[in-house]
Amino acid sequence: MTPRSDKGRKLLDWMVKAISVCAALLGLFFLGWILFVVIDRGIAAINWQFFTKLPMPPGMEGGGVANAILGTMIMTALATLLGVPAGLLAGVYLAEFGKHSRLGAWVRFTVNVLMGIPSIILGLFVYSILVYPFGTFSGWAGGVALSILMFPVVARTTEDMLSMVPNALREAALAIGNPRWMATLSIIFRAAKSGLITGVLLSVARVSGETAPLLFTALNSSYMMKSLNEPLANLTVTIYQYAMSPYDDWNQIAWGASLLIMTAVLLLNLAARFAVREKKI
Amino acid sequence: MEHSATGRQQSWKTSRSMDLLFRGVTAACAAFVLVIMAGIFVSLVWNSLPTIREFGFSFLFSKAWDPVSQKFGALSSIYGTLMSTAIAMLLAVPLSMVIALFLVELAPPKVSAVVGNAIELLAAVPSIIYGMWGLFVFAPFMADHVQPLLSEYLGWLPFFQGPEMGIGMLTAGIILALMILPFISTVMRDVFAMVPDVMKEAGYGMGATTFEVTKDVTIRYGIQGMIGACLLGLGRAIGETMAITFVIGNSSDIFISLFEAGNSIASRLANEFAEAAEPMYLSALMELGLVLFLMTLILQIITQFWLKRVKKKMGGDLL
Amino acid sequence: MTAALDEKMPRRFTDEETGEEGAKIEAFLHHFQEEDEEDTVSSAKISARNLNFYYGDQQALFDNNLDIAEGRITAIIGPSGCGKSTHLRIYNRIFQLYGNQRAEGEVLLDGKNLLDSGTNLIELRRRIGMIFQKPTPFPLSVFENVAYGLRLHFKMPKSELNGRVESALKKAALFDEVKDKLDKPGVALSGGQQQRLCIARTIALEPEILLMDEPTSAIDPVATRKVEELAEELKGNFTIVIVTHSMQQAARISDFTAFFYKGKIIEYGLTKEMFTNPKQKQTEDYITGRFG
Repeated sequence: MTPRSDKGRKLLDWMVKAISVCAALLGLFFLGWILFVVIDRGIAAINWQFFTKLPMPPGMEGGGVANAILGTMIMTALATLLGVPAGLLAGVYLAEFGKHSRLGAWVRFTVNVLMGIPSIILGLFVYSILVYPFGTFSGWAGGVALSILMFPVVARTTEDMLSMVPNALREAALAIGNPRWMATLSIIFRAAKSGLITGVLLSVARVSGETAPLLFTALNSSYMMKSLNEPLANLTVTIYQYAMSPYDDWNQIAWGASLLIMTAVLLLNLAARFAVREKKI
Repeated sequence: MEHSATGRQQSWKTSRSMDLLFRGVTAACAAFVLVIMAGIFVSLVWNSLPTIREFGFSFLFSKAWDPVSQKFGALSSIYGTLMSTAIAMLLAVPLSMVIALFLVELAPPKVSAVVGNAIELLAAVPSIIYGMWGLFVFAPFMADHVQPLLSEYLGWLPFFQGPEMGIGMLTAGIILALMILPFISTVMRDVFAMVPDVMKEAGYGMGATTFEVTKDVTIRYGIQGMIGACLLGLGRAIGETMAITFVIGNSSDIFISLFEAGNSIASRLANEFAEAAEPMYLSALMELGLVLFLMTLILQIITQFWLKRVKKKMGGDLL
Repeated sequence: MTAALDEKMPRRFTDEETGEEGAKIEAFLHHFQEEDEEDTVSSAKISARNLNFYYGDQQALFDNNLDIAEGRITAIIGPSGCGKSTHLRIYNRIFQLYGNQRAEGEVLLDGKNLLDSGTNLIELRRRIGMIFQKPTPFPLSVFENVAYGLRLHFKMPKSELNGRVESALKKAALFDEVKDKLDKPGVALSGGQQQRLCIARTIALEPEILLMDEPTSAIDPVATRKVEELAEELKGNFTIVIVTHSMQQAARISDFTAFFYKGKIIEYGLTKEMFTNPKQKQTEDYITGRFG
């Protein structure tokens, strides 16, 4: 028996490692490139007027996206107001009452499936229940579309977070004479607080950057909002329309809006991480 | 000190009907998920009835798309969706695997933590950002540098012929790949990290190299989880709208060449829905939505059953 | 062969046995001789009748019959997995949190069967407090932990609430240690303090019965000592049932002891009698440390 030379093996190992590092660097390079471009081109577009002025026709100096910033904020808030309580309660059902029930099993499965349904499909759904019957695109419809996007995400994280609360605390809360609803809202929720906050922040981050579900619901508008019953300006659809236009100054504003929305989303994600970290200390 | 004076009891907080009410409300919210799911399906079917009646199954196999003469077919959109997704998966899966490998096995812990966190953050970047970058930066780059090279060296393949415009199926696929790359690598990293250390140590203990341990232990142990990661990524890619809409080129033809423009279900919806006024046109778009819905629904159901299996084996959630 | 013989022999210390275990039992004997003969008669506060319990299809308790004496400390001992905690957890029906567990038979509280479906669980749990194996402080401040149950069940002016919280903390022998950190979160206290906080939280409601499920298994010896002293002080006002895996603890603080084995109550009686003169062979084996 002659010992097998390990030269070949070592070389192969070295090559695979080299390829791995190169590929990782390549992936990171592309992702870094995207971030760099957005920041580089976006900053050039951002000035005081960007935040305070309304959109101008192409070729006119000094347009801004004040209405779109407001519209995005309002629709995100509306989605949060509708989607978060519903999601929290559904999550409570899954974690507290529906652990072994048939409804619980169906809902749990459907929540996971719904999270994977493309957001543009949700846009179509809301179009057919809120836009088509009323004959107009509206801020309401946009908010509802985003809230439907949020709902399963919040429900799933709530279930996960509540399930992590030890049963001992649940028993102690009941043993002192709490009804289930008080035990859940005043003790279990508090124990799972940071996890729940993280879940909500991540879901807000996710919907605030969404474009597809708004295309057929809120649409867009170049005016300041008067009511939620009409098409509502928002940043992401503005980016889409301005980027697809042939005008340089509109393209420029689209870059500014991209930087703004990206920054907001990443900050929300960072905030969510900090909420988790706080718990560990 | 006796509490027995009944008048002092807080009746509403501890009353039984509040508890029943609470349970009922939470159950109703949970059941609402089912209502939404059913609502999506019913509304899509209902709204696409006109074209379903008019074209039947031939809708799926016709590549006609002519709003003027009211002829509609989904073939080019389905082809575009599948093709762009296939390109994206082909590029993103191997790349994600090596990034995950790099993070778990090769990088020092600190580097791994920083890079891992950065990649997780990138998974949160909205898809419209990828679309912007694709349209203004990457498509010109493709046209000037990548496509000439491809047609020079691989031009004998039918995939790499045609106009070097930057915009088209290949560019859309690459951008889609970049978009799902952070997501799949994060899940893959978690799968690799779930492999018990003792298993790897046993491999190294036999004198195996990193590559051999990865090939023979890590991948073999984590293969189900890795497939799960790919399924999750596939689910994201197939319905992704904005990253593709910017660069796919919006053509209703089907070309073999990947340089040519095309369209996907999602991009067609994004582009044309808001201006579709004709009932048949609207119905055709709705039916496209129905096709996409059913595609993702089936994929998600498969994914969920697969993930359940993975969870049983590896003892952890992938997502 | 010897086992069969032992079974029929009346309980005696043989020379071989008077080793370490024998000495231990002598100590117990001594301990009890110092106490007065006062515990012999007591009315039953809570009684289990033909109580059976199931985890799904698996039966965990078999025909338990047990009277818990009012105003006394009753200890439940037995090897782990013998059903002692299971039995205790029926008294306040906390087992109902889990859908697949059920109890059959009767548990009479002042003559009424608390397993009846009409029982108001919230009222029941206000009257029967429970201390758990591990400290379970709520994610609230020290003060709010104790005030929680009071606020839940009663309306009272702030000044009275303050007074009751303070007195509960004092009764739990915790007040001096935490009076400067009433606003700190309950989880910031040490393990032993957390457990006494839970006791304060429970006795603030002045329950009639206090169930303690191995209350000292997760805390250090000094804190254990304090909890034991506390239990002894509280008896009289409260009826206490304590599940413990420590025979020394049962012997030190309880008036009555029930010995559980494999879901059955093997022996029940005055603690000092059980530890000095167990009637059953299994009891003797257990308290002399031959199994469990």
